[in-house]
Amino acid sequence: MIVYLNGKAYEAKPEETVLQLALRNGIYIPHLCYHEKTGKAAKCRACVVEVEGIPGLKTSCNLPVRDGMVVSSKSEKVLQAQRMVVDLALSSGQHDCLSCEQNGNCELQDAAYYLGIERPSFQLYDNDYEVDDSSEFIRVDRSRCISCGRCVEACNKTVVNEVINFGNRGFDTKIVFDNDLPMGTSTCVQCGECMQICPVGCIIDKRSIGSGRNWEFEKVETVCPYCGVGCRLEVHVDRKNGKIIRVNGVEDSPTNNGMLCVKGRFGFDFVNSEERLTTPLIKENGKFREAEWDEAIALVASKFSEIKKEFGSDAIAGLASAKVTNEENFAFQKFIRREVGTNNVDHCARL
Amino acid sequence: MKFYRSHVLIAIDDNSLKAGVKKIESLLRAKLDKNNLSEEINVLETGGLGYFGTGVSMTVYPEQITYANLKEEDINDIVEEHFLKGRVVSRLVLNSTITKKYNFNYKNRVVLENSGIIDPENIEEYIGVGGYEAWEKVLTQMKPSEVVDEVKASGLRGRGGAGFPAGVKWSFTAPIEAKQKYVVVNADEGEPGTFKDRLIMEGDPHKLLEGIMIAAYAVGATKSYIYIRGEYKLCIHRLEVAIKQANEYGILGKNIFSSGFDHEIEIKIGAGAYVCGEETALIESMEGNRGTPRYKPPFPGVEGAWHKPTVVNNVETIANVPAIIKNGADWYNTIGVEGCRGTKVYTMMGDLKLPGLCETEMGTSLRTIIDEYGGGMKDGKQFKAALVGGAAGVFLPNEMLDVKMDFNSLKEYSAVLGSGAILVMNEDVDIVDILWSIIRFFRHESCGKCNPCSNGNPVLYKLIDKIRKGKGKEADLDMMIKVSEVMNKTSFCALGQSPYMPIKSAIDNFRDDFLKRMK
Repeated sequence: MIVYLNGKAYEAKPEETVLQLALRNGIYIPHLCYHEKTGKAAKCRACVVEVEGIPGLKTSCNLPVRDGMVVSSKSEKVLQAQRMVVDLALSSGQHDCLSCEQNGNCELQDAAYYLGIERPSFQLYDNDYEVDDSSEFIRVDRSRCISCGRCVEACNKTVVNEVINFGNRGFDTKIVFDNDLPMGTSTCVQCGECMQICPVGCIIDKRSIGSGRNWEFEKVETVCPYCGVGCRLEVHVDRKNGKIIRVNGVEDSPTNNGMLCVKGRFGFDFVNSEERLTTPLIKENGKFREAEWDEAIALVASKFSEIKKEFGSDAIAGLASAKVTNEENFAFQKFIRREVGTNNVDHCARL
Repeated sequence: MKFYRSHVLIAIDDNSLKAGVKKIESLLRAKLDKNNLSEEINVLETGGLGYFGTGVSMTVYPEQITYANLKEEDINDIVEEHFLKGRVVSRLVLNSTITKKYNFNYKNRVVLENSGIIDPENIEEYIGVGGYEAWEKVLTQMKPSEVVDEVKASGLRGRGGAGFPAGVKWSFTAPIEAKQKYVVVNADEGEPGTFKDRLIMEGDPHKLLEGIMIAAYAVGATKSYIYIRGEYKLCIHRLEVAIKQANEYGILGKNIFSSGFDHEIEIKIGAGAYVCGEETALIESMEGNRGTPRYKPPFPGVEGAWHKPTVVNNVETIANVPAIIKNGADWYNTIGVEGCRGTKVYTMMGDLKLPGLCETEMGTSLRTIIDEYGGGMKDGKQFKAALVGGAAGVFLPNEMLDVKMDFNSLKEYSAVLGSGAILVMNEDVDIVDILWSIIRFFRHESCGKCNPCSNGNPVLYKLIDKIRKGKGKEADLDMMIKVSEVMNKTSFCALGQSPYMPIKSAIDNFRDDFLKRMK
């Protein structure tokens, strides 16, 4: 199926929309509410395009491709409409990039930049929202919300926690938690899905505020160290200071599709903790002293051998951790069964 | 059947109830009793006459005298003078030449033919004037597809505002194989200045039920909903009574007239959101969700309420159906104009001698409606503008008064028929104030789903408010047109698309009013 986009022919997949086709081919059409995970919403109206043979403008996020379709996303008529639509979104809140954590990582900013909007034409915001800092890890600043509905969709349809929805109507529409409770007292479990999917600086990571701009961090992909699901993480690392700033889920990961739980997303403070063990400790005369790995392992091996000799293999049992990988667990049970010679081996996930 | 010398029809509607009609009615009955006239004079309750600002009114037959603005103390005079001595109490009579000429000229009426004549809470009166004949004809003589074809052939167009052909709408849903289909009647009459559906439901609820059943039979729906606005207490009551009676008479329910067709009608009460008059928002609200529109396609005809095929029609559209079936599509095609058949009910407000409601053929000129049905301008003032189609309508100046009122003719003037609301303004009215109030309304009623509407309306309001307060500049007018035009092109539903029409027509036709505020 061939679709002509801005005068060029593209091979389209039958199930896709015009916006998906454009994005897949590296053509930017401003969009604020569409996200591949939450799907089409047609709420922000920034993705309007012109289609030959159809009067008026159409939102490309919910416009299915048709063979031979001729679409323009760059005509003056389209850009003018997009400019006004994004201008209105920009006028609706306190979208001042200077003080915003999401500066450089904001889809509204991207759209405004693409359309050449320097500052909003109107001033609609009248500062009547208080920042919701009530929860442990997430800050909600509704003055930056553009009511795109991604968090609502993600909370209800993706992670199915069913905490967030829209309250009020018209310009006063805002996201609410349960029956308009502060996030901290609502039934929110702080999974942070809404935070990750928010296109602007409305729902943000509380602990990373002021730690630096998004582009300053190295993004390292890894596997979550907590449970055996093996969610993929994108760790934002501040190399200069040797610190982890925040953790996101990897969006296209087959295990977690961008989702994380509260531990995986926020439970990384142990990494730089003062109380973290960095060398083996050996207890002598009731006191721990630091030791080398070789010394410690040799000591454990000799103790195990002694016990096995004196009381038999079944006097020893092994309990593995869910935080290690399958391969490590496999090696561990091999060690207990073959080297120690007992079937007394188990795993903490059973507890 | 009992014969009476005289029949007194008392209009019971929201207006007369507020004016204390019940008290006056009981006084009248007591007085008639006292004079031993209860056996000769029959007092009946009917729907509204279609006039407003006339308080408690009653019509005496066979003389066809309408008394209006009645107070408790007037009852004595009416009974003693009129009923005992046969002398009309002329000081209480509503402008008789006009009432005789137009209000009681029922020749042109289709949907309001019985309103003000029969007792809406008595099914036998409806049956007595030929009601439910169409329903019986449909069940006994017609196939569902024939009903759809008949309505298609009649050229009936939706009366909710968009003017989509009703028969065509039905023909999308009828062939779909589904376990459950629905007919939904849109009685969430929210367009400012529109109260036509209220009068239809208050005056002749059985006609609506009959239309619903015919529509349901045509598309194969076994369940219907009437989504009605919560403020319409009397309509809700009368519809409930009508549904109960129809069930008792076996006109509704299981195996109707042994035809094997089952039907059930339920009333759903709206919570007062303008946007819920939009069919998909109405369905969302009916399902118990936030009243915001859904994207189309799929259209409700394919996937509507609870994801089942659903026909959504306006009250007035449905109320036309029984007459079409009874008299045939050919008869309906003799009324109205090419491409727009039948009659239209208009609600007339503003600086008119006789504000209220009229039903007349499609294609009647606006001038005729204002001058003749509305009685002309009040207090000898000059006509300035008419806002046709409600808040989402267009300001028409004097030069456009001869426009024919039908979907196609109005389109030539970039105007819309909309719900049929006509707000007439005289020379003293400042268009800036009217536009300000319209935009304030849209700002308040925006549902908040899409960005252009929920943020565009506050922008428009700020601009018009600035102009109204004398702080505006001419550039603000251009900005209002620019913003509303983009809203018109990009908004999710008709609500956000609408402000463009009143804004553009007001600024184009009455620019001086705006400039005056800028001096």
